[in-house]
Amino acid sequence: MTTNGATLSAPLGLLAELTHRCPLGCPYCSNPLALDKRDDELDAATWERVFREAAGLGVLQVHLSGGEPVARRDLPEIVRAAREAGLYNNLITSAVGLTPSNLATLSDAGLDHVQISIQDSEEGSADHIAGYKGASARKRAIAREVVSLGLPLTVNMVVHRANIGRIESMVELALSLGASRVEIAHVQYYGWALKNRAALMPTREQVDEAVRQVEMLRARHHGQIVIDAVVPDYYARFPKPCVGGWGRRSLNVTPAGRVLPCHAAEIIPGLEFWNVREHSLADIWRSSPAFLAFRGTDWMQEPCKSCSRRDQDFGGCRCQAFLLTGDARAADPVCHLSPHHAVVAELAADRKDAAYAYRTS
Amino acid sequence: MDGPDGQVSDGARQRLPRGVRLTHNESQGGWVLLAPERVFKADAITAEILKRCTGEATLAAIVDDLAATFAAPRERIHADVAKLLAGLAEKKLLELG
Repeated sequence: MTTNGATLSAPLGLLAELTHRCPLGCPYCSNPLALDKRDDELDAATWERVFREAAGLGVLQVHLSGGEPVARRDLPEIVRAAREAGLYNNLITSAVGLTPSNLATLSDAGLDHVQISIQDSEEGSADHIAGYKGASARKRAIAREVVSLGLPLTVNMVVHRANIGRIESMVELALSLGASRVEIAHVQYYGWALKNRAALMPTREQVDEAVRQVEMLRARHHGQIVIDAVVPDYYARFPKPCVGGWGRRSLNVTPAGRVLPCHAAEIIPGLEFWNVREHSLADIWRSSPAFLAFRGTDWMQEPCKSCSRRDQDFGGCRCQAFLLTGDARAADPVCHLSPHHAVVAELAADRKDAAYAYRTS
Repeated sequence: MDGPDGQVSDGARQRLPRGVRLTHNESQGGWVLLAPERVFKADAITAEILKRCTGEATLAAIVDDLAATFAAPRERIHADVAKLLAGLAEKKLLELG
């Protein structure tokens, strides 16, 4: 089956944003600046239906995220529904709000994996970044609890100018907590991160050193911990294959039920998103205007249209193309073939040690 | 146990750790191994091997079983299975007991 010149593939992953509520204020939060309200959140029964429909479409993994998913009192019910639908379920949490007892309840409900964010290996700095005093100590305690329950733990560390020099100690911390996997994720500049870009952006030298550190640490800890790194794309020559291609591998459901091809897609003007309250997930995946807009390659302009990498990086990120060039159909300007590529270097050079604009709800 | 050179010994009783699951999915074209933030396609032979990694059967027993089931030379199967299991263990997708 084809839509817009693309073979319609089965999605692999569903990002379920259960709520936008969160106790932390991280200045790089990927949530939109305008957050969904608590009263608009989908109830557990609707999530249960969405999970069944997702499994029917071929989705294998569901990422229970937010905001802070633990802010939902009915989270055990939601975890159980995901497991019963046959999905591999991954809790993406700040760990603030989790206790040993509610963690055990979630584990019994069928959780497969837990990912905890840690802001820095230095506790004072970590709490400053999160905008929450005592967050770091609580995260470490819950991380140990996850491991003691026998659940696999990933530690996610978002890297930016304030902590980029401590990648080695952050990986050592993840190891000491018993994590089997660590994500070194350089900030991606959307939402709150875009607002704080000048305060977060590292220098090219720092990024090069960070890449060397990750290579060294991978060799040192080979077989002990898996180190995945998300590259900082403002300093790249080619764009990232954002979400593995628009409408090709994954979908994102917002707290209020809108289905997006990626979590930032709502910043692109003129896209029409369908809601799970009104449509089945299969219908949305196949026919919703937002998914059709950039699926496949028919929408491309030059230099993407005739590029040999067009099926490899899919023109990069549509949101970034829009944010930095004003045209969502343009090549992601991170690509050195983009006529707007110089803009990226200019923006990366704009660094100011200003106070963070913390995410607020 | 895992030997010093990453070899899997005949007495090892391997199993999928919590958070790693083998599942069959038609839409995704067959067997898949689900792991934290990762999905691996498993061919039919890999699936046959992984189904036997229950934490009870030793490597030697798994090889015997496969050699009998598929009427194939034991030595060749032993080499292939040991290599596959060592590779999975290194990626944290398998526990060697």
